[in-house]
Amino acid sequence: MAKAESELGWKDLEIGSIVAEPGSAAQYKTGDWKTQRPVLDESKCNKCGLCYIFCPEGCIKQKADGYYEIDLSYCKGCGICAMECPKDAITMVAEEE
Amino acid sequence: MAKRVGIEVSLAIAEAAKLANVDVVSAYPITPQTHIVEHLAGLVADGELDAAFIPVESEHSAMSACLGASAVGARTFTASAGQGLELMHEVLYVASAMRLPMVMAVANRALSAPINIWGDHSDAMAVRDTGWIQIFAENGQQVVDNVLCSFRIAEDHRVLLPVMIHLDGFHLTHVIEPIYMPEQDEVDKFLPPPQYPLPLHPDKPLTMGAFGPPYIYTEMKKAQEANLTAAKEVILQCWQEFGSIFGRDYSPVEGYHSEQTKVLLLTMGSFSETAMEAIDKMRDDGKDVGLIRLRLWRPFPFAEIRQAVKNAEVLIVLDRAISFGGPGGPVCSEIRSALYNEDTRPKVIGFVGGLGGRDISVSGFEEIITRGIEIARTGSEQEFEMYGVRE
Repeated sequence: MAKAESELGWKDLEIGSIVAEPGSAAQYKTGDWKTQRPVLDESKCNKCGLCYIFCPEGCIKQKADGYYEIDLSYCKGCGICAMECPKDAITMVAEEE
Repeated sequence: MAKRVGIEVSLAIAEAAKLANVDVVSAYPITPQTHIVEHLAGLVADGELDAAFIPVESEHSAMSACLGASAVGARTFTASAGQGLELMHEVLYVASAMRLPMVMAVANRALSAPINIWGDHSDAMAVRDTGWIQIFAENGQQVVDNVLCSFRIAEDHRVLLPVMIHLDGFHLTHVIEPIYMPEQDEVDKFLPPPQYPLPLHPDKPLTMGAFGPPYIYTEMKKAQEANLTAAKEVILQCWQEFGSIFGRDYSPVEGYHSEQTKVLLLTMGSFSETAMEAIDKMRDDGKDVGLIRLRLWRPFPFAEIRQAVKNAEVLIVLDRAISFGGPGGPVCSEIRSALYNEDTRPKVIGFVGGLGGRDISVSGFEEIITRGIEIARTGSEQEFEMYGVRE
C-alpha cells in the first residue's frame, strides 16, 4: 500500500472499499485513541522489565542496550506501565502536550 | 420479433429474470410479491432455468444470501415487499456499500400496523436512503423492460450497484397485461454475462465489508455518494440503447402535456396511468393541466425535474407514503427542496393519498388538481393534505 490508510482520499479506495491485499491487518495501527502517552526516562530506569511484563498490549520491548522502548502505534495509553514502575521512570503525558 | 402475450405481471417479471439468465435467486415469499418468486422457483425446479434457488427462513437471510451470491460474481435476483423489505433493511445498506450488483423487484405494499397487504409506497420510502438505484414502473411492460435494463446498469463497471424496481402491489403484480416479451437472442446481445471485477475467489483472497474506522468512513461514504450520483449517466445511456433496440423509450422524468403548462401534477408508479386519464378529461374541458411522471427516484434526477417544471406556476405532488410529523410525503419534500433555490419555480402543493391500497379514481385526480390550484391561490393551514380522508 503506497499511502497510509489514514491518508487515503475517496478516489483512492477500491470498489466497495474492498481490501484486496491479504494479511493487511498487520498494517493496521490501533494506538490512535489514547488520551495520554507514556514517556520513559532512562536515567531513572533500572531495566527491571516490569513495564514489559504488565503491558496488556504487548507494545513494550527490550532494546539491545537493555532499556525498554514503547511502540506508540499500538499503545492505548492505559498507564499500567507507569503505575507498576518501581522507579517512577515512566510518566503519563497528555497527548495534546 | 418479440411476441405480445397476455401474462400476469408477476409471472412476466420471473420470465424476464429467466431471459436475463440469472444464476442465483434467493427470496422469501410475501404478499403481493409471492407469485414472482413462486414462478421462479417453478422455472428452476422444472429445469427451465439453470439457476440456484436458495429458499431461506426470512428476508434478512434472503438478502444476505444475495450478497454472497453477488460477491462471487453470480447474476443475482430477488423480490420482496412491505414488511419483508423492512426485514431486509440493514442488509440493503451492505449490498450498496459493498457495490454488489443485484436486482430486486419490490411489489410495493403498505407497512403495519394495522396489517395491510395492499399497495402504497411506504416500503419504498423507508428504504430511500439505502444507496440502491431505484426505478418506479407504471405498468407490466415497464417492469419487464427494466428488469433487463437493471442488470445491465447494475453490472456496468462504472456503476456496480444494486437496483430496486418498484411496482405497485396488486395494481401491477396481480393484473394480466399484454406484454412484449423480448426474444432470448435479443436479450443475450443486450445483456452479456456479468464480469464482476473483484469477485470472491480462493485463488485471490480479499476482504469485503471490512472495518472502516473514523479516519476512513467519511471517504468511503463520499465514494459511495459520488458513485450513485454518477450512475445516472449510465442509466440514461442504457435506456437510450434499450430504446434503439427494443423500441420502447425510458427517461428519468416523463411529461404528459407538460410543456408550457401552468398546472402540473406529479405522480409515481401505476397511478400515473389513471392520472393521465384525468389530465385528458380536464384538457377536454379546456383546463391548462399536465402531468409529470417521476420514474427514476435514486439517483434523484435534479436537472430533469427542474427542466420539466420550470414554466409551471403550480406543481401538485401526490405521495403514496407519509412522513409522520414532517412536511408531508417524501417525494413532495424532495421536489420542493430541489426547486427551492431556483430563480423561478412553481408553488409546490403536497397531497398524500392512495394509502394501503385505496384507489384514486379519474375523478379523484380531478379533485386533487382542482383543490391544489385552490391551495396555490389561497394557501392552506396544513403543510399538506390527505386526499379522501373521512373526518
